[in-house]
Amino acid sequence: MAFVDLKGVSLTYRLGKDTTLALADATFGIEKGEFIAVVGPSGCGKSTIMKLVTGLLPPSGGEVMVDGKKVKGPIKGVGMAFQNPTLMPWRTTMNNILLPMEVVEPHKRRFRSHRAEYVERAMKLLKTVGLTDFADKYPWQLSGGMQQRSNLCRALIHEPELLMLDEPFGALDAFTREELWGVMQALWLEKRFTGVLVTHDLREAVYLADTVYVMSRRPGRIVLAKKIDIPRPRTLATTFEPHFVDIVHELRDRIHQEHAP
Amino acid sequence: MTDLRREALKHAMPWLFLAGLLIVWEVSCIVFQVPEIILPKPTKIFAVFFQRFDILMAYCWDTLWTTTVGFLLAIAFGLLLGLAIGASPFVYSGLYPLLIAFNAIPKVAIVPILMIWVGVGSLPAVITAFVISFFPIVVNVATGLATIEPEMRDVLRSLGASRLEILTKVGIPRAMPYLFASLKVAITLAFIGSVISETVGGNNGIGFLMLSASARNDAPTTFAGLFAIAIMGVAMYAVCAMVEKRMTRWAFRGEIVA
Repeated sequence: MAFVDLKGVSLTYRLGKDTTLALADATFGIEKGEFIAVVGPSGCGKSTIMKLVTGLLPPSGGEVMVDGKKVKGPIKGVGMAFQNPTLMPWRTTMNNILLPMEVVEPHKRRFRSHRAEYVERAMKLLKTVGLTDFADKYPWQLSGGMQQRSNLCRALIHEPELLMLDEPFGALDAFTREELWGVMQALWLEKRFTGVLVTHDLREAVYLADTVYVMSRRPGRIVLAKKIDIPRPRTLATTFEPHFVDIVHELRDRIHQEHAP
Repeated sequence: MTDLRREALKHAMPWLFLAGLLIVWEVSCIVFQVPEIILPKPTKIFAVFFQRFDILMAYCWDTLWTTTVGFLLAIAFGLLLGLAIGASPFVYSGLYPLLIAFNAIPKVAIVPILMIWVGVGSLPAVITAFVISFFPIVVNVATGLATIEPEMRDVLRSLGASRLEILTKVGIPRAMPYLFASLKVAITLAFIGSVISETVGGNNGIGFLMLSASARNDAPTTFAGLFAIAIMGVAMYAVCAMVEKRMTRWAFRGEIVA
C-alpha cells in the first residue's frame, strides 16, 4: 500500500445553509519518498487535499490513510510551508527554525539539554539555503525570498516524513522562485521525504514532481495523473528542453479544457 | 535649519505649547481681572503648589498607591480573563456580552455600593481603579489571541502541538503588544477610578484634598491638586509607554529599521 492513500475522499464545506462540494471522489496514492504536485484552476480544492492528508480537516466521505493508519485528527510531525511564511516576528530566524524541535517528540524532551546539537543542525540547513549569516536576524529584517527559505528550513528541521507545500513560492519574484526550486530539489534529493506541492505554476510542478495531478474545476476531481520521467537533478536548462516543454503544454491543455465551459 | 535643530525643536514643541498656554492663562487673568476664587493665576497655583508641597505629596502618595494596586490587579485579572476569552469561543460567547454590559455602567455608580461593603478609605479607591481599568486589558489581550493567522495555527497543529502549546508558543507572545498597548489606556482609567472614589466617598488622596479645598473656597489649592494629578497621570503613562517599547521591540520594527 502507498504511504499516503486516499480512497474516494470527498469534502463538503458548510457555511450556514450553503454547502459547497470542494472535493469529489479523490482516489490516489503517494509512494514513500515520492514528490507529487497538484495543479488546477483556482478554487478547485487543491489546498483542501493538503488539509485532508494532514488531518487538519476530516473528510466528509471516503478514507485517508497515512503510513497504514487511518487519519483521524491532525497527524503529528508533518512539515508545512505556506505562501505566507508565517514566521514569528518575536523570534530570530534561528529560533523560528528550531520551533518544531520544541513541539515534536522525541526532540521536545531533549531540546533544552541538547540545544547546541540542534543549533548546529539548523545551521547546516541554513547553509544549504544560503542563509548562514542571517541566523540571528529577525524575520522582518529579511527579504521575502529569505523569509521563504527560513520557512522551508522550519518545515524540514525535524526531518518529517511528509512535507506539505501550499504555493510556497507563489509570492516571490521569478528569479528567486526558480532559484528556490533548485534548493527544494536539492533538499529532497538529500532527505527523500514524501512531498506534496500545491501550485498553479506548471513549470514548477514539472520541475519538482515525480507525478503531477491535474484537478478539474470545482467540485475538484483528479482528471489526469502525469508521471514525469525527466531524470534528476533537473536544472533550469532542463525547463527549456523540448520534452519538458511538451509536458507543460500537455498539462496546460488539460487545464484549459477545464476552464472552457 | 539643520536636521539636529529640527529634531530638538520637535522635542521642545510640547513644552513650548504648555508655556504658551500658561502665559495666555496668566495674562487673561490679569487683563480680565478674574477673581482668584474662580480661576487663580498659574503663578499663584505654582506658589501654592510649592508652599504646600509636603501636604500635596502625602495625598498624592495615597492616590498613587491605590491607583497602582488597582492597576496591577487589573493587569493580572485582565490578562487571565483575556486569555480565557481569546482562547475559547465558549468563554467568549458567554462572557463577552456580560463584560460589555458591565463596562457600560458608569463606575461612579458603584462607589456608593463599595462604601456599603468596605467602608470609606483606600479600599474603595483600589477597587474602583481596578474595575474601571481591567476592561481594555481584557479586550486587547483577547483580540491579540483571536487574530492568530490560521496558517500559523495549522503549522503548529500539524507538528502535533497541543492547544496549550499553541497558546504559549504563539498566543501569548502575540498578545503581548496588545497587552502593553492597553496598559497606557488602563493606567489613565485607573487614575480616574481612584480619584472618583476619593471624591465621592474618600477620606484621603488627592481627590479628597481637592474636594475639601473647594469646600473652603480655596481655589488655588484645588487647582494645585489638579496639576498634581496631571503630573502623576502623565508620568505613569510615560512609564507604561516605556515598558511597552522595551517589552515588544519586534512590534515596533518599523522604527528600528528606519
